[in-house]
Amino acid sequence: MNKVYNNRAWWLILPMLLLVAFSAVIPLMTVVNYSVQDVFDAHTRFFTGTEWFKEMLNDPALQAAVLRQFAFSLTILAIEVPLGIGIALIMPKKGWQASAALILVTMPLLIPWNVVGSIWQIFTRGDIGLMGWSLRELGYGYNITANPVDAWATIILMDVWHWTSLIALLCYSGLRSIPDAYYQAARIDRASKWAVFRYIQLPKLTNVLVIGVLLRFMHSFMIYAEPFVLTGGGPGNSTTFLSQSLTTMAIGQQDLGPSAAFSLIYFLIILLVTWVFYTAIMNMQKDNNKGA
Amino acid sequence: MAEITLKSLAHTYSANPQSAQDYAIREMNHVWQQGGAYALLGPSGCGKSTLLNIISGLLEPSSGDVLFDGEVVNALPPEARNIAQVFQFPVIYDTMTVYDNLAFPLRNVKTPEARVHERVMEVADVLELTSQLKRKAKNLTADEKQKVSMGRGLVRDDVSAILFDEPLTVIDPQLKWTLRRKLKEIHQRFQITMIYVTHDQLEASTFADKIAVMYEGQVVQFGTPRELFETPNHTFVGYFIGSPGMNFLDVSARDGEVWAGDTALTVGLGVRDAIEKATSSNIKLGIRPEFIEVHADPLEGGMSAQVDHAQDLGTYSIVYLTLGGISLKARIEEDQVTPTGKAWLRFPDERLGLYVDEYRVEIDHE
Repeated sequence: MNKVYNNRAWWLILPMLLLVAFSAVIPLMTVVNYSVQDVFDAHTRFFTGTEWFKEMLNDPALQAAVLRQFAFSLTILAIEVPLGIGIALIMPKKGWQASAALILVTMPLLIPWNVVGSIWQIFTRGDIGLMGWSLRELGYGYNITANPVDAWATIILMDVWHWTSLIALLCYSGLRSIPDAYYQAARIDRASKWAVFRYIQLPKLTNVLVIGVLLRFMHSFMIYAEPFVLTGGGPGNSTTFLSQSLTTMAIGQQDLGPSAAFSLIYFLIILLVTWVFYTAIMNMQKDNNKGA
Repeated sequence: MAEITLKSLAHTYSANPQSAQDYAIREMNHVWQQGGAYALLGPSGCGKSTLLNIISGLLEPSSGDVLFDGEVVNALPPEARNIAQVFQFPVIYDTMTVYDNLAFPLRNVKTPEARVHERVMEVADVLELTSQLKRKAKNLTADEKQKVSMGRGLVRDDVSAILFDEPLTVIDPQLKWTLRRKLKEIHQRFQITMIYVTHDQLEASTFADKIAVMYEGQVVQFGTPRELFETPNHTFVGYFIGSPGMNFLDVSARDGEVWAGDTALTVGLGVRDAIEKATSSNIKLGIRPEFIEVHADPLEGGMSAQVDHAQDLGTYSIVYLTLGGISLKARIEEDQVTPTGKAWLRFPDERLGLYVDEYRVEIDHE
């Protein structure tokens, strides 16, 4: 039988191409455009090549922000992932308790970012905030506007409170999908609780955890509103993360060229880390002894 | 190793059972002797798996007792009963290798590693998994996975019993046969009590020495494959065992003769007396297709029947007959003449079974 080749079918992907162009490629190209030029007004511009990129990569303030950003993302992942799994494991599995627990756990996810910031801003105030007041009454000189450790701890606590639910919900759905026969077989095999977790539950959670970790990494790496409202990046620069540095530069100082270069670097870091993480996990699942 | 006794055991999934229909297991007593190879045979939904889960401890019976060597184990969880169970669909530990999967039940009770190795190699050899031992279990085919699941049951040689819940469902027919032989071999070698649940009579009779036939939550007969075939205790056993199943005719005794509908049957006096003695009106005469004598020529004392059609199955044929409005099947060997149009039948007395209210009653063949 002769196969018919008809390249006119390529026209069918045109709508999709247009859509992607408008949603992603064209805005991104604007940024690329700014990153390699120095633009004064609509008619005056100079080509700068990689100058902005070099400048950004060598800026000590930005380097510090990048390190701070990584420290933040890794810390909240290290807390939220185990905690989320733990919560998912103890959540009730049926009856009204299951629904109640689901609603309760979902709550923090429904609150807008800057509202979360405001809630915690009030919560941590020494005079009227429950947490700030209590800590001071207990004799600890808690102050997020003066003490960087307090500020960091509070931001991490806030993020854990806001986002652990996401991991918990993902894991909960993953756990629900494990057939009963697995637990029955494990009981027959006299597996301990830990062995059930290690060899049945955790492997079945791998896929949802990959999604969870990726989402949380990308999300936390772009965190803006909450620390901005809570600490404003302070004290000093101690809680100034990447997106806030970028905003200051682009909006505050109108340094469009450097900001564009920095945006691209920012984007590439996220892309790179995500890719490395995903590839590593997928490789781990491969058979190392094919056909041994 | 243990003798397993079920004492007035009953189970219901309903919180508030009203009638016998609400019970998955109706009250029953049964003994599985140490070292036997048993099959639990019955159609889907007859309570086989429920019974198995009660024996292994995954389910607690609503009433009655499960005894291992005379000791009540109702409250003991499976891990304390030292029992192995293989499920219908393969359960494997994805992230482990085949070797680690097989070693898992032993390592869970801190068996010395040398002993673990010895047992794993032995079981892998029996199941022909030796070349796969280093592979991750996740990447195996469905039947290899099921072999691993079975291996995890077999690797423990001190178990009270090994329970199989339709373990060969996912396995292709050729390998099915091989594995069944293997199981039988393993049974003979280790003398572990094995209970094998299936809905396939061939599977049951090739594996088991004794078969328990279950129907509507009860064991209706427990016997060797031959007993089930020759003297079914219950009409369901007659119908379920054999291919095709037993013929049943609704009969009554009138004017000193036995009638099936409006046809007088030629049967022995013992059969007639037994029918006359029965108090119920639910009386059936059963005969296996294999035992009906079919003659192409008129026969002294034979009953004449209409031949509807015949089905040639190679080494034998099944003839579909109508005797006084009742459909019958008879099996004819290939060296016999297959009648057409009309045939003359004879029911050998010693092959007839009489069923009153579905249960077999003794016939006095003088």
